[in-house]
Amino acid sequence: MPKSLRRLAALIRKEVTQLLRDRRGLAYMLGLPLLQLFLYAYAVNTSVYHIPTAIVDQSRDRKSREFVQALVNSQYFNATLQLENGAEVMTAIDKGQVRAGVIIPPHFAADTDRGSATVLMMLDGSDSASVSSGYSAAALVAQSYASHLATEQVQRKGIRTSALAGASALPITTSTRVLYNPDMIDIWFLLPGLAGLILQTLAVQQAALIIVRERELGTIEQILITPTRPLELVLSKMIPLLALCLLTMGVVVGIGVFWFGVPFQGSFFLYFWLTLLFIASSLGLGLLFSNRARTQKQAQQQALLTMMFGLLLGGMIYPRSAMPAIPRFIGDLLPMTYFVRASRTIFTKGVGLRFVWTDMLALAIYTVVVVLLAARNFKKRLD
Amino acid sequence: MNELAISAQGLTKQFKTRGGMVTAVENLSLRVTPGETYGLIGPDGAGKSTATRVILGLLTRTAGESSILGFDSMADSYEIRERVGYIAQQNVLPADLTVMENMRFFAGVQCVSAEAQKKRIPELLAFAGLSNFTNRLAGRLSGGMKKKLALACSLIHEPQVVMLDEPTLGVDPVSRREFWSLLGDLRAEKGLTIFVCTPYMDEAERCTQIGLLYGGKLIAAGTPTQIKGLLPGHLLEFTPAQFAAAQQRITGMEGVLELQTYGEKLHVFVDDVGARKAQIEMALAAEGIAHDDLREIEVRMEEAFISLVQQQTEKVGV
Repeated sequence: MPKSLRRLAALIRKEVTQLLRDRRGLAYMLGLPLLQLFLYAYAVNTSVYHIPTAIVDQSRDRKSREFVQALVNSQYFNATLQLENGAEVMTAIDKGQVRAGVIIPPHFAADTDRGSATVLMMLDGSDSASVSSGYSAAALVAQSYASHLATEQVQRKGIRTSALAGASALPITTSTRVLYNPDMIDIWFLLPGLAGLILQTLAVQQAALIIVRERELGTIEQILITPTRPLELVLSKMIPLLALCLLTMGVVVGIGVFWFGVPFQGSFFLYFWLTLLFIASSLGLGLLFSNRARTQKQAQQQALLTMMFGLLLGGMIYPRSAMPAIPRFIGDLLPMTYFVRASRTIFTKGVGLRFVWTDMLALAIYTVVVVLLAARNFKKRLD
Repeated sequence: MNELAISAQGLTKQFKTRGGMVTAVENLSLRVTPGETYGLIGPDGAGKSTATRVILGLLTRTAGESSILGFDSMADSYEIRERVGYIAQQNVLPADLTVMENMRFFAGVQCVSAEAQKKRIPELLAFAGLSNFTNRLAGRLSGGMKKKLALACSLIHEPQVVMLDEPTLGVDPVSRREFWSLLGDLRAEKGLTIFVCTPYMDEAERCTQIGLLYGGKLIAAGTPTQIKGLLPGHLLEFTPAQFAAAQQRITGMEGVLELQTYGEKLHVFVDDVGARKAQIEMALAAEGIAHDDLREIEVRMEEAFISLVQQQTEKVGV
């Protein structure tokens, strides 16, 4: 066996012994991802139901009551308050009594017959989740109510009205079919990306700490005086963490699939390789930080920054297509960005290598570059 | 060049700090021949650790040359690292590995073959008196045992040179003695070249060659006897009743070369014991200062060191 491999084996054995001996560290490494997973799955819900809503019905006819009923039936709104005018709605929203208001002007029924009815929807803009849920729900309800009215009209006018005329009386309807996740279950959307955020956070943080910790303890000096080469040292730090992170990933995905029932559509084999490349590149990034940091605190801060960028720019929550060039570019620097895209492709869409090879290649190149950079930047001396 | 175990020529190391450049080691030159026990002696902050690290290639040098076994400290770092054992000043063995795991780890990274390990590890553990502690975590060993483990680990690849940075720092006197007797065995049995940094003057006396480092500069070098021989005159010791008054009276007296305080005792260097002893006694009697007998004592490394440092500071002062 070449000397280099023998040294690497000795270093890896040391790292594994130390990792396994540190029970608290292990518990943290396995426990934190699970905590994150359960928090995101149970506590974070982006669609808001039962928004407390003030109703101002100035029309007071059958159709206005039907419309209010349709809003309530959608489950998105609760009619908690009956008020007289818009000013009162503003006050109620200001006081926090309600988060939305529906104002139906007089002559609603007559206006609907003419096809020009308007309803004013007021939403509490200080709560973005209510706004987006309320806005889309209201639009959906209005649209479906309108089409219901149109059908009713056609029926009432009878068969004498030509089929053509009936069709033209219908407002334009859109039919939406959500692929892969027809019931729009949040955790289905979230898990493939969330796994990326959790694992990138863990990998970058642990790797960032591992070299600087030896520097802080001073144990690095006794290792530097051995013939160990920087690349061997960097790899020896990376390989045991890689195994541990893969295990964590297995647990996270396993819980997602078996506990939360997220369907796994693609190939496990392909997903394993994607994950391996992703974790390796994240660890490499962490090791690069570890070389540059002087204290564990600095390394920790860099890891935190990476997590923040990952959360906001990695495409897990906010769509990258909507980002301006610079944040998108920063996102491109994170392993997570490639992983999240490919992970969704394999996990949720169940398609094969043909669609993810570019992301996997990017991660492979990323890994090689950061590991070599980390080895090159590794300080062989103490100053 | 090759016949030297360790050599340094005009070695200088400067550190950048916020306040500007600080010179930790200045123009250091030393030569250590194989089989020697070389002691780099000096107070804390003299630059001993820095000098050792620069020679080992653990720090870059600002100027000068240095080499170990003919290998340049900077260019041939890995050749040096395969042939040299080193114990850093701080306790730097992984504390969360056991004694045995530490031995195996250092054997592994030095590429010691499995057969050699099987033979050498028990030997070294027995030598260091750690055979009964193989499963104890290094972090739970006493200070002296830690140093012995570090020594055993640094010898696993049978180095030709070992460099020890204050190996007995924070170690009790009994363990210190044991540690030095281990070093004596190594020199006697294996002909090992030992380079040791220490602030302890009694340890300096155990070295075959010493260099006195002060303020980053080598102020004297030679065998312990040579160093002590650098001092002028003879040494008288006595305990005066009024210390300050006695000190004041004797300073500047004819024939008094130097005055050192040593606890409640005064150490007076004089050019001639017979003549000066009587003069000092008369002077003290005239001032009414009581004292015990003035006796001539042998110069120890400690007095020699203090004297050399005083000369150095006077030189700088002028």
